[in-house]
Order: sequence, then C-alpha cells, then structure tokens
Amino acid sequence: MDRAESMDRLLERFKKSFLSQMIGGTPLLMAHPDELREMIVYLKEKMGYPLLLDITAIDNLLSAHPPASRFEIVYLFRESEFGYVIGVKCPVSDAQEGVESIIDLYGAADWLEREVWDQYGIAFRGHPMLKRILNHEEFVGHPLRKDYEITKGQYCTKTQDLQDEMKPLLEARGLDEERDHLMILNLGPSHPASHGTIRTLVALDGEKIVAGAGEIGYLHRGFEKSCENHTYNQIIPYTDRLNYCSALMNNIAFAKTVEEMIGIELPERGVYIRVLLAELSRVIDHLVCLAAGLLDMGGQTNYWYLFNPRNDAYDFLSKLTGARLTNSYMRIGGMAYDLYEGWESDLDAVLGKVDKGVAESLQMIEHNRIFQDRLLGVSPVSAQKAIDFGFTGPNLRASGVPYDMRFAAPYYHYDTFDFDMVVGSVGDTYDRLMVRFEEILQSLKIIRQVIKRMPDGAVCVADHAVTLPPKSSVYTSIEGMMNQFKLIYEGVKVPKGEYYGAFEAANGELGFYIVSDGSGTPYKVKVRAPSFVHMAAYPKIIEGYQVGDAILTLGSLNIIAGEMDR
Amino acid sequence: MDVSGGHLLGDSVITTKIDAVINWGREASLWPFVFGTACCAIEFMATAASRYDISRFGAEVLRFSPRHADLLVVAGTVSYKQAPILKQIYDQMPEPKWVIAVGACASSGGFYDNYTTLQGIDEIVPVDIYVAGCPPRPEAILDAIIGIQKQLKKEPTLQLRSNLEFKGKLDG
Repeated sequence: MDRAESMDRLLERFKKSFLSQMIGGTPLLMAHPDELREMIVYLKEKMGYPLLLDITAIDNLLSAHPPASRFEIVYLFRESEFGYVIGVKCPVSDAQEGVESIIDLYGAADWLEREVWDQYGIAFRGHPMLKRILNHEEFVGHPLRKDYEITKGQYCTKTQDLQDEMKPLLEARGLDEERDHLMILNLGPSHPASHGTIRTLVALDGEKIVAGAGEIGYLHRGFEKSCENHTYNQIIPYTDRLNYCSALMNNIAFAKTVEEMIGIELPERGVYIRVLLAELSRVIDHLVCLAAGLLDMGGQTNYWYLFNPRNDAYDFLSKLTGARLTNSYMRIGGMAYDLYEGWESDLDAVLGKVDKGVAESLQMIEHNRIFQDRLLGVSPVSAQKAIDFGFTGPNLRASGVPYDMRFAAPYYHYDTFDFDMVVGSVGDTYDRLMVRFEEILQSLKIIRQVIKRMPDGAVCVADHAVTLPPKSSVYTSIEGMMNQFKLIYEGVKVPKGEYYGAFEAANGELGFYIVSDGSGTPYKVKVRAPSFVHMAAYPKIIEGYQVGDAILTLGSLNIIAGEMDR
Repeated sequence: MDVSGGHLLGDSVITTKIDAVINWGREASLWPFVFGTACCAIEFMATAASRYDISRFGAEVLRFSPRHADLLVVAGTVSYKQAPILKQIYDQMPEPKWVIAVGACASSGGFYDNYTTLQGIDEIVPVDIYVAGCPPRPEAILDAIIGIQKQLKKEPTLQLRSNLEFKGKLDG
C-alpha cells in the first residue's frame, strides 16, 4: 500500500479531521480533539511511524487571524524508513484540561510533554510526573506564552531534592531506601563527569545503580523565546550556542530550514562550502566527545592526541570566520563571505593532523583490554528501544539502526559522495564511541572529495530581498541602500506558514520547526534537539550498571547541555 | 654539584615581608575550580590542553571540590536555576579566594537578556576579573589568570579580604 492510499484510509476513518500541508508539502493532519489519541495510535501501528520527533505547542494570542482556540499542539513523527515526516496538529480548547498523554505509546513523549507543560502550561492527562523541566520549581507562569514578558526573570533560591521522582521509582521496583540499605547519590549539576550542567540522582545497592532520575534545565537560556524577538539573521548567533561543539552545523541547519521555507536554492559553491564545514564540524564534535569520554575513563593521553588536531581545525576556522568556537558564518541565503585564498593547503594540513591523532588514539585503545572490559556490554540499547526513546544520529546507529539523513533524505548532493554509513551492532557504550571514531574517518573522506570538486562562482543567492547587496551598490544606488535598510531593519521576509526542516547534525537529527507570520521575525521556533531525548533515556539505560559505567555512558551519549536545554 | 645556590648562601638569612613570601607562593599555585556550564567551558578545556598549557602559570591543578580550590572560574551562562548552586560552591571555598567571570554571559548575561538568564554572576558572588568574549580565546583566559596573580600580589595576607562585605541577591 503506498503512502497516498494509506493516507486516504486514515482520513476515511477519522471523519472529523482533515489533511493540510506545511510549506514544501509535508503532510499536516489537523486532528479533531476527539480523534487525536486514536489517530496517533493509528499512525504508529497501522501506518508505521515509530519515531516521535517532537511535541510542541503554538500560542495564537498574537496571531493576525487567531483560530477559535488559543493553543494548538503539534506532534512530529518520522516513518519507519526514516525519509518522511508527518505532522499532527490539534487545537487545545482548555490548557488546564489539556490533551491526553501519549507516554504509553512513545517513550520519548515523557520529557517532551513535560516541556510543553513547563513552557506553555498545557496539561497532559495521564502523565505520571507532569512537572517543570527547563524552568525551576519556584517559577511562576509559562514563559513561551505570548503574554509572558521576555525579560521577566525570576530568582531561584533552592534546588530540588528529586525525592518526588526517586520515591515512585523505588516503589515500582519493590525497593525501600531504609529496608534495602540503599544509598542515594547525587551526581551534578556541578560534577567533573557531568559534562556541563547535567544532574542525575541515583539509588545504589552497593556499587550497582538500581534507579536513576535526571534533572536538566540548568543551561536553559531561552533560545526559543529569543527567536521570537529577533529577525532571522539575528538568530544565527543564537544557533551557534546550541551545540557549541559544532556551532557551524547549527548555523547551516537553521539557514537551510529558512531557505527551504522561502524556496531559494544556494549556488553550487555555497552548497559545497556548507558540506565542507558541516563535515569538519562533525569531526570536531566527535573529537571533543571522544577526548572527554576517554578522559573520564582515565585515558588522558587520548585527550591530548584528540584535542590538538581539534585546535588545528579551530585555527582554520578562525582564519576563515574570525572566531574559533562560535562562528556565525552562515547567513540566510548563503554565508558571510567566500573562502580565503590558500584554504586548500591549510585544510589539507588539518585533515592530516586529524588522521594522525585518530590513528594514534585508536592504536592505544583498539586492542586495549582495559578499554574493552570497561565498555563492552555496558548500557546496551536495543534497536527497538532506541527508536522508542527517540534516539537519532550516532547513538541510534550504534544500536544497529541504519538511519542517517544523509542517506534517508539526501540534501546538498550527499547522494553523490562516496562514503559509508557507520552502524554498530548492540548499542553499548563501546559501539557508541567506536561509531564516532569511524564517522570521523568517513567525514574526512567527504571533505577530501569536496576539496576536489569545489566549483567556482558565487556563494550567496543573488536575490537582494534575501542577501545583503554589495557595499558598493549600497553607497551609490538608492535601490541598494533600500535593500540594505529593509533587510537590516525588517529582516528577511519568510512566507506565512509552518515548516519542519531537519539536518543530520553531529549528535543526530537537528530539526527546526518554524511558524512564520510572513514578517521578518519568526512567530515561533522550536528546536528538535537530539541531546534532549538522549538525556531523557539516560537514567533508564544506566540501571543495573555501576556508577563508573554510568559516567562513561554519559560521555558516550555526547549530551551537550546548550542543545539539550536550549 | 649543588645547583640550588645553597652553597653560596650558606646559613645566611634573607629578610623580606611576610606578604611578599606568602603571595609569591600563592601566585604560582592557584588551584582553580572550574564552574563550567556552556561554550566557555569548552574553551577552558582548550586553555588547559597542551597548546595553551595553563600549567605555565602554575594553575593546572584543576580541583573538582570547592574545598580544595582558591580560584573560581565561572565559564559559561549561569541561569537563575543554576544560581543557588554557584553560590553554594562559592561559599564552600575557603578564604582567600578569587573569582574570574569568563565570557559575556558570566559577566553580564551576554545576549541572553531574557527570563531565564542571570544578568551577570556579580549579582550572586563577588567577581575579581571579567573576561570579554563570547567565548573568549584561551589567551584571554590566561590573561585573566595573570591578572589575578598581579592583583593578589598587592593584597595583605593577614587581613580579611574586602569581598566578605559583598551582599548578593541570594544572601539572606
């Protein structure tokens, strides 16, 4: 049965709902509240959409033509072949009443629903632990509602003890802290192995973890609210700071999404530069993950071997963009400027050093008994579980699921490059680290092909309703000056509508769900952050293993707080 | 051969000021506690790695317990949710202690002028040196450590430091 036919069947069955479209043709089912849950069950079981990408809401308070209900809830799913996305949108007439939880259908829904509750105040009936996740417990109000003032900060005076989460977890396992002599251990948010600002509370029986609860939000920086107050190009620097280990990749993913909304295509040279920088960012990201992960294990030499080539890559990037870490090099419709003269030899030297660093590191660990003993069989995630958790990227591929957007839905000529998808087997900590090692090598392979194929020509689209005109025309012609003025003051105009754009980032599927009201500022932006769902699964997969293993598992999942908490 | 120069000095006596001796020791043995939360923490990692090599300035003994540290390096955005934790860590550090605010966010909230971000850690803890940048380059972080060294040389060691008078937003 093909896709169109099964869609017809769905619409026949759910008579009160109808089919709409996002910009670009992605199907968007407008579900009637009575049919919402059943429709999601149908999507999962009959139509084969096993991967829940994201749940978010829209506050229509300031919309030009507000619909009957102020809030709408949006679900995004990916099908089992991974190439297609479908959206489900449903009006929420009463936020307190809310909608029914789908936590029993999709594991990933747990934290995603909590986030919607926290940010928009929409309740989920049947959710076992509906409490704030990004904002602190003393926070009053829901910040992403349009009537919440952006600068209204609220001081937090104390931290939670998380006993409200730990107690039910222990009860469900028939355990009691006193009776079974369990020890409750707090890891983070300021902990050497917590990789930033992640907090985990674990209950220990001896050295073994019997239950775990995670707390995030310590690096919540209000990305989504800030987006609603800035023009599209002004958002680029904010995207840098999502996954700050591969900032350029976030730039590219965001710019690509907005360009797809406007319906413009980059000149060839621009496309190739983006592929080059995206793959270099992937290399850097994996290098940081591996260096830090091996450092946690006590393999400090690896840290020097892997961090030094990364520094060389940063030298290249700072020569190109002016910044080491947060580059802000992309613009809607292209990039700030072209590559500099002599970039090939600089880049070639960097690639050689990465090659050498990776080879040296692998030489130390590949056949190292300690390395294998500590990692093999630790916290395995089965393919089915990984999809249920909403895993994407290297963590999902480590579990043996061959999903890589560069293959499933190729963009930017990825289908013409010669490289392999790296897939693991059992999804343990060993697989998660080794997949990254191999992906570094595959990315280097792509970069070398890009260097050979780099075409000449412009890097930005010539449409000056999107990209800035050259300064010479700004200073000499009225048209150029007007273009510049309008772009700076009003921003790039994006057609009214909504869109979900996804990108294979270093950590997995990085998506932007953008709602535009036709102006130069987005009405709403939601980031589909891979680290968010990875972290949601973390307390579950460390159960049954030791504290020392849990530290390595956290490192192998490569959770980046900036992207997770946004 | 005795290369320490002891054979030249014999049992002679050197007179100096106690502040000079103690601060000479402190200057070259700062033990940082890195409160790394975001992008700046990644650049701090680069500062500690071999290229920039923080140990040239005697500050390579990174401590992860505030009880062992005398230099608090706040590298990254501090949200309102994080603020009580930062304060607790600062309070746990023994005197004398110094604080570096690394980057725009720690110094002023940076471009996160919104509902969740603390508008500078100096609302919570006293800061000795602010480092500009988003994130600052490793050289700038090293410069701040040199700045602390210069500053502490001028401080009397037998007096309580003036930061004890500091009243932050979370101080009762």
